Amino acid sequence: MRDFLAKKIVDMPPSGIRKFFDVVTEMPDAISLGVGEPDFDTPWPIREEAIKAIKAGKTFYTANAGLAELRRAICDYTARKIGVSYDPTEECFVSVGGSEAIDLAFRATMEPGDEVILPQPCFVSYEPCVRMAGGIPVTIDLKEENDFRLQPEELEAAITPKTKALFISYPNNPTGAIMEKEDLEKLVPIILKHDLLVVTDEIYSELTYGGKNHVSIVSMPGMQERCIYVNGFSKAFAMTGWRLGYAMAPKAIMQQMVKIHQYCIMSSPTISQYAAIYAMTDGDADTQMMRHSYDQRRKYLMRRFKEMGIPCFEPKGAFYIFPNITEFGMTSEAFALELLKREKVAVVPGSAFGACGEGFLRISYAYSLEDLRVAFDRIETFVQALRAEKSGAGTEK
Amino acid sequence: MNKEFQMKLLSLIERDSKLSPEELAAMLNCDAAAVRHAIAELENEQVICGYHTLINWDKVDPDSVTAMVELRVTPQGGDGYAKIAEVIYQYPEVESLYLMSGAYDFLVMLREKNLKAISMFVSEKLAALEDVQSTTTYFTLIKYKEQGFPYVMPKKDRRMVVTP
Repeated sequence: MRDFLAKKIVDMPPSGIRKFFDVVTEMPDAISLGVGEPDFDTPWPIREEAIKAIKAGKTFYTANAGLAELRRAICDYTARKIGVSYDPTEECFVSVGGSEAIDLAFRATMEPGDEVILPQPCFVSYEPCVRMAGGIPVTIDLKEENDFRLQPEELEAAITPKTKALFISYPNNPTGAIMEKEDLEKLVPIILKHDLLVVTDEIYSELTYGGKNHVSIVSMPGMQERCIYVNGFSKAFAMTGWRLGYAMAPKAIMQQMVKIHQYCIMSSPTISQYAAIYAMTDGDADTQMMRHSYDQRRKYLMRRFKEMGIPCFEPKGAFYIFPNITEFGMTSEAFALELLKREKVAVVPGSAFGACGEGFLRISYAYSLEDLRVAFDRIETFVQALRAEKSGAGTEK
Repeated sequence: MNKEFQMKLLSLIERDSKLSPEELAAMLNCDAAAVRHAIAELENEQVICGYHTLINWDKVDPDSVTAMVELRVTPQGGDGYAKIAEVIYQYPEVESLYLMSGAYDFLVMLREKNLKAISMFVSEKLAALEDVQSTTTYFTLIKYKEQGFPYVMPKKDRRMVVTP
């Protein structure tokens, strides 16, 4: 029999998170801080809208690009949040999670050999999406000393004659880093000079802390016409399982993205779309409540790491904290496995998010304060034990 | 004390009074001494009136009964309601007491060892008060939610253990 498999897919490494997932699943009594989704239930009024839709029999396909009413609501919401106007009929579509929109952004724009600049550490699916679309990811290792923000020099250095696109995702998973207005402004001249497309995944845009609202690169002068903006409902409204996101882009790009969506997906889940209208128009208070809660936990964890003497830059977005564990001289995977084995706390090794995540851990604070308290007591015990072993080993020499 | 700080502190300990001053300080960006001071002040002003534990008694004592009693009264004089209230809330059986707008005057919440104890208390104590015209007693069948906490929801984390 022939080998039926596509080499391109076989050669693609499985997600580093997947590997860890399998280990943790074997330990049912472990406390996991490895989850990348909100701990809140979807707000009840949103769930109620879905129930109403089901009762009313609103269970057919929608327009390929999504319900017109939802697209209007999304465009209003986006204008309100980032100050950018899009045409709901021609520049917006409703996707199956932000993930589909990212996949389509690359599939609609990549020619074989096109390079996409991809700052890391980042979410696990970007690199495979670029490859599957025929593009070549060119990674940039973001630096802790820059608070994991993309620097203009780093961008300039990564550009080659083949560079077509820059991909960014802020607030960032796994680092919790954000890019502020001044940081984004410095990238704009370089993007314009090299005539780059920008794909920006802003799925955590509603989760920023410290009083400053999220700023989108799309709102910078000259950017809207060259940006594909991706967002979704999962993080801001705790709607992960509803599988609903959206993208906005200039008409010419959007037409091609919707064409692929039409052939592959047809239309996004109808019931989810009806519920999402409510989220866009009336969901702000719920988001606010969740943001407030994440912020309290974030501050608590910062304090705990400080007390443990583990260096950790201050994350100002998303719901992750990304401590530096190089002190222990272990790979982040070895550290995470040992922590799981000894203290039954699961965290994700930073290396799962790109080679430059080595030496870091991703810890999610999408957990109740009670769980975090218990987990951090255990982490503290673990860290003290490691230090004692290390100094013990040192004196024996 | 800063009003905003006070509100934040109160909303945190309202949901979890077990949070230590150190933990509260971390969440409120201040030091533990400031939290201790603020709490002492709030206790002094009787803004914080106590630290109770939310217990689902149905699980440990299935016979225990809670009831709500509507009271209609005839108040005497300008502070008539206050005088009646004072008499009623002295009874240890009374868990909560509210003066209400609408069809009746007082709402009395009771918790007792069993149905009989409640009936006895209503007929012998409340109904016997001079100013009380009538009583209507409602027994609680199931408690679904108290003080913002659902009693019936499963507490288990239903998410997968590791997700990207």
